[in-house]
Amino acid sequence: MPEPALVVTGLSRSYGTVRAVDDVTFTLPSGGSLGIVGASGSGKTTTARIVVGLEHADAGEVVVRGRRRGDRARGRAARLARAREVQMVFQDPYLSLDPRVSVDALLRETLRLHFPRVDRSRRTAELLDQVGLGTRAAGALPRQLSGGQRQRVAIARALAVEPAVLVLDEAVAALDVSVQAQILNLLADIRAQTGISYLFITHDLGVVRCVTDDVVVMRQGRIVESGGTTQVLDSPQHPYTRLLLDSVPRPGWDPRAIATARRTP
Amino acid sequence: MTAVVPLRRPGFARIRTAGAPLYLLCLTAVTLLVLAALLAPWLVPADPNAVDLGNALAGPSVGHPFGIDASGRDTLSRLLVGARTSLLGPLGVVAFSTLTGVVVGALAGWRGGWLDSVLSRSTELVFAFPGMLLAILIVSVYGEGLMAPVLALAVAYLPYVSRLTRSLVLAERERPYVSASLVQGQSGFQVCLRHVLPNIAPVVLAQSTINFGYALIDLAGLSFLGLGVPALTPDWGRMVFDGQTAVQEGYPLSAILPCAAIVLTVVAFNVVGEHWADRVARRDR
Amino acid sequence: MSAPVSPALLDTAPVLDIRGLRLRLPRTARPVLDGVDLTVSAGETVALVGESGSGKTLTSRSVLRLLPPGAVAEGRISVAGADVLTLTPRQLRTLRAGTAAMIFQDPRAAINPLRRIGDFLTESLRLNTKTPTAAAEARAGAMLEAVGLPPALLRRYPSQVSGGMLQRVMIAAALMGEPALLLADEATTALDVISQAEIVALLADLRTRFGTGLLFVTHDLGLAAALSDRVCVMYAGRIVESAPAGALFARPRHPYTAALLAATPRLDAPQGRLDAIEGQPPDLRTELTGCPFAPRCASATDVCFERTPAADAVPGDPAHLVSCHHGDRLEGSTGHA
Repeated sequence: MPEPALVVTGLSRSYGTVRAVDDVTFTLPSGGSLGIVGASGSGKTTTARIVVGLEHADAGEVVVRGRRRGDRARGRAARLARAREVQMVFQDPYLSLDPRVSVDALLRETLRLHFPRVDRSRRTAELLDQVGLGTRAAGALPRQLSGGQRQRVAIARALAVEPAVLVLDEAVAALDVSVQAQILNLLADIRAQTGISYLFITHDLGVVRCVTDDVVVMRQGRIVESGGTTQVLDSPQHPYTRLLLDSVPRPGWDPRAIATARRTP
Repeated sequence: MTAVVPLRRPGFARIRTAGAPLYLLCLTAVTLLVLAALLAPWLVPADPNAVDLGNALAGPSVGHPFGIDASGRDTLSRLLVGARTSLLGPLGVVAFSTLTGVVVGALAGWRGGWLDSVLSRSTELVFAFPGMLLAILIVSVYGEGLMAPVLALAVAYLPYVSRLTRSLVLAERERPYVSASLVQGQSGFQVCLRHVLPNIAPVVLAQSTINFGYALIDLAGLSFLGLGVPALTPDWGRMVFDGQTAVQEGYPLSAILPCAAIVLTVVAFNVVGEHWADRVARRDR
Repeated sequence: MSAPVSPALLDTAPVLDIRGLRLRLPRTARPVLDGVDLTVSAGETVALVGESGSGKTLTSRSVLRLLPPGAVAEGRISVAGADVLTLTPRQLRTLRAGTAAMIFQDPRAAINPLRRIGDFLTESLRLNTKTPTAAAEARAGAMLEAVGLPPALLRRYPSQVSGGMLQRVMIAAALMGEPALLLADEATTALDVISQAEIVALLADLRTRFGTGLLFVTHDLGLAAALSDRVCVMYAGRIVESAPAGALFARPRHPYTAALLAATPRLDAPQGRLDAIEGQPPDLRTELTGCPFAPRCASATDVCFERTPAADAVPGDPAHLVSCHHGDRLEGSTGHA
């Protein structure tokens, strides 16, 4: 079995007395896709930010392709190596791109940083093509693009680094249903082509079913259930997972029962 | 993010609402003033320091369209040449205070922690000290010359710029694109220099344009008090001072014209600066 | 879900009746709302579903005449008999304070963080009806209980309660004026699924108790299906399909509705690719001829690009309206039951 892309062991992080992340352990196989689901305040976003390196953990370790990620990168080489381990796509495509920088300049900046010797024009065109953006979008500023197009740009920027793991933090939550489907399909295609691994943070169980192989369910900083996505969603073992599943609106849905179930812990 | 509005002292905010024609008018005025200052040596009808005591306090004539002051010097020539010192001084104040203020504010906002505390507290100390008093103090230590008052006022104006920059940087660094750049492997310094500063630059520059007007008033005030600009150098503030006696003798022109020039310039720079600030604020929405 | 509503309530005149609403914004090539017809009866829940830019939020805001600057509205909007577009400013205030109330997406943005929840709840009552403070507070306490919150919350500040609780406070505030019509604009979008279910349960409960008409604006088809009696699907400023929730999801007649259903990631669907709708919704800067969905529609023919389809009833189901030249084509296609 090949080395896992990402191994997270015993991750903990507290803010004051609140344990935002509490002893979180999971493994993301190489080329796999792992979903982290939970309600707001479950600690899923904090976990993602620790994996990426935007927050530090109080305890536990994050290992990418067998290499432990330190808290801080020392020096340029370490910083770049760190960036090539994990990249991230953020929730809000309207805020995650510098409003002043055109798509082309954005990708070139990343390529210059990581691959100074590569033919940037060719690679930029390749990346834009990979995320389904025409060369016409290359000269555009973020404000001239739609939400879906911006998220494609954000994905292209992350792919430009050629990371082992791509963290997607609610990356389709702000998009319209029709555009969301386009992006989810695009992500599936990219994984099939490049063998990249996804860590998918979302509150949407439909999305989890669609794009992940494995899933962990988090509640108040802890993992309450984990396993294969189909297995967890089809036969949930933990009551909280069942509550989450029952909360998804569908015809014949009974919100009152959920409201009652929540109050009985 | 919380919108950061440039600091404005009260006064000219209301005029601005008259609309865009006023802005265009003021922009033209600013352009003409700068051109006049640049081309002054070639425009002057007479030597601004040539003394013709026989003609002292003469009214407007063909040779001297704005008349002659109490010392027998051509008022128009002094106004034109005076525009150079009167604009150069505030320019120095604004350039120096903007550069250092942005560095201090960006460091405080970006690094945070103890550095922020040290920098913010020390700039607040300057706030506690009236700018003019500081300038008078420095001038009395270093003597005459344009350099001392400009430096003094630059120090006095620095906290306005650094505080604005700090709050802008604090708001900007919370934006996900900053996190995205850091995740990409860029260093904090690179992100700050290449993404954060260019994004806040328009607001800071608009504030600096407004500061220009105030620096001009302050420097003119210092000149009027006889501090700073050497006695013979043509300067609007100095001209108002020199014109006092003429006013008492019933010949106000040589004092009123530099006053008008000061007011016009300050208003023009303010209106232009506020218009820019508003445009930036609108675009951000 | 749909709790049984007494037929007497449903027979009364509609609390909201929108006829031919057309809204133009400055510097656009086509109306942002183009002939919207919509009715909500007392005690009825109508979901208005659409993607961003479809005009669903503008429609609900028009009901309170909260129009963007420079907007020109045509048509008729009547709320409990009052013609909203011709009301005097004073009448409009009465409408907004009492007859119709709106719940916004982000409760934190819609409440002043520096004032107690009690002040927030009683403000409108004290200012508009000169109710004594004690009486207003008593009513506020009762309304908090109605939304399942303890009256002690009156003394708290907004920052001290969770997002889900705050949205309940917003609903309590909306109920203070005894509205005939409640407008919920993406009212559960900012909440997680469990809090969303609680809010929906609350809204369903309130309409049976108070007989309030509810216009629920959302982008979430699944949610719309689950909570409403009738669903109106909007696309490019027009209502393209309107039908009882069950019928719409079982047998969608408009290709856009069908495509939206297929594009939604679902819990009970097999894993794999989604049927994404290619392309983008039409831009406001381009004029539209024919059906707005035609460029993205798989079953579009020449007529779709030339003539705008009218809203026609589906044969055998007068409550199911669809604006499609080929509305019959999708017949028999099984949607999602």
